[in-house]
Amino acid sequence: MPDATPVPAGTDMVRPEVALQVMSHLNRTESALLAELESLGRMVAAAKEEIAAMRVENVDATHLPAATDELDEVVRSTADAANEILDVCEALETLQPRLDAEAAEVVGGCVTRIYEACGFQDITGQRIGKVVNALKEIERRVRDTTGRYAPSAALPARHAPARTEGERLANGPQAAASASSQADIDALLASFD
Amino acid sequence: MDKNTNVLIVDDYKTMLRIIRNLLKQLDFSNVEEATDGQEALSKLRAGNFGLVISDWNMEPMTGLDLLKEVRADARLKSTPFIMITAESKTENVVAARAAGVSNYIVKPFNAETLREKIEKVMAHA
Repeated sequence: MPDATPVPAGTDMVRPEVALQVMSHLNRTESALLAELESLGRMVAAAKEEIAAMRVENVDATHLPAATDELDEVVRSTADAANEILDVCEALETLQPRLDAEAAEVVGGCVTRIYEACGFQDITGQRIGKVVNALKEIERRVRDTTGRYAPSAALPARHAPARTEGERLANGPQAAASASSQADIDALLASFD
Repeated sequence: MDKNTNVLIVDDYKTMLRIIRNLLKQLDFSNVEEATDGQEALSKLRAGNFGLVISDWNMEPMTGLDLLKEVRADARLKSTPFIMITAESKTENVVAARAAGVSNYIVKPFNAETLREKIEKVMAHA
C-alpha cells in the first residue's frame, strides 16, 4: 500500500477528509479490503450491541435456579426412596432368625443384593451434582460475556481453584465407556507390588 | 480377621453410610462409627482407636485423599488400614491414592463380595 500523503501539522483538516485523502491513493484491491474491514467493524459493533442487550436476568434469575432446584429435588426423592428400601431391608433382616436356615440364607442374599443396588443413589447424586456445576459454569460464562459489553451487569465471583490434590482429582463418576472397572484397578494396584 | 475392630466409615451420602454399615453388619463387624467428611473423620480418628478406615473420596471440606494423607502423616494413625471406596475410577486417582498410601481401592458401584475381599486382604496385612 503506498504511503498516505503526510498531513501537515497544525492544519485544520478533519478526520473524514484525511480518510478521503488516504483512500484516494488506494488501488482497487486495497479499496475492496478496506470496505471489507469496514463491514467487519460494523458487524462486530452490532454483535457487541446485541450481546449487551441480551437479557440474562431470566437465565440467571429463573431458568438456571429452577433447573438446579429440580435436580436437587431428584436427589432428595431418590434418597428418600433409597432410605425407604433400606428400612424394608432392615425389617426383613430382623425376620431371618425366625426362618429356617435355607430360607434365611435366601432372604439374606436378596437383602445384600438390594443393599448393593441402593448404591445407585450415591452415583446418580454425584452425576447430578456435576450437571448442576455445569449449569452454574454456563451461567457464569453468559454473565461474563454480557458483562464485558454491558458494564452495568455485575460479574459473579469465580469458583475458587482446587487447593489440594484431592480436590483437583475429585471429578465424580466417569462415563461408563471411560471408567475403569474393579478388575482394572486391582491390576493397577498389583502392578505396584 | 478381628471382627471386633473399630471401623470408621466416611461418606457425605448418608444412604451410602447406611449401606456400608449394613454390609459390615452382615460381615459381623459391629463396632462401626460414621463421619460425613474428612475433617470429622480425622477428629474421630485422633480421639478414638480405630482398626480400619473405609472412606469415600469426593467430600467437602476435606476429601478422602487429603484425609488419607493426614492419616499417613500422623505418627499414631499412620499404620491404620485405609480402604478408599469411590466413584473416582481414573488411573491418575488410583495412582495418587496409592502414592498417598491407600491400603486398597474399591470403585463404586461395588458389591458385598468385593468389600469383604478387600477388608480381609488389608486386615491380613495389618
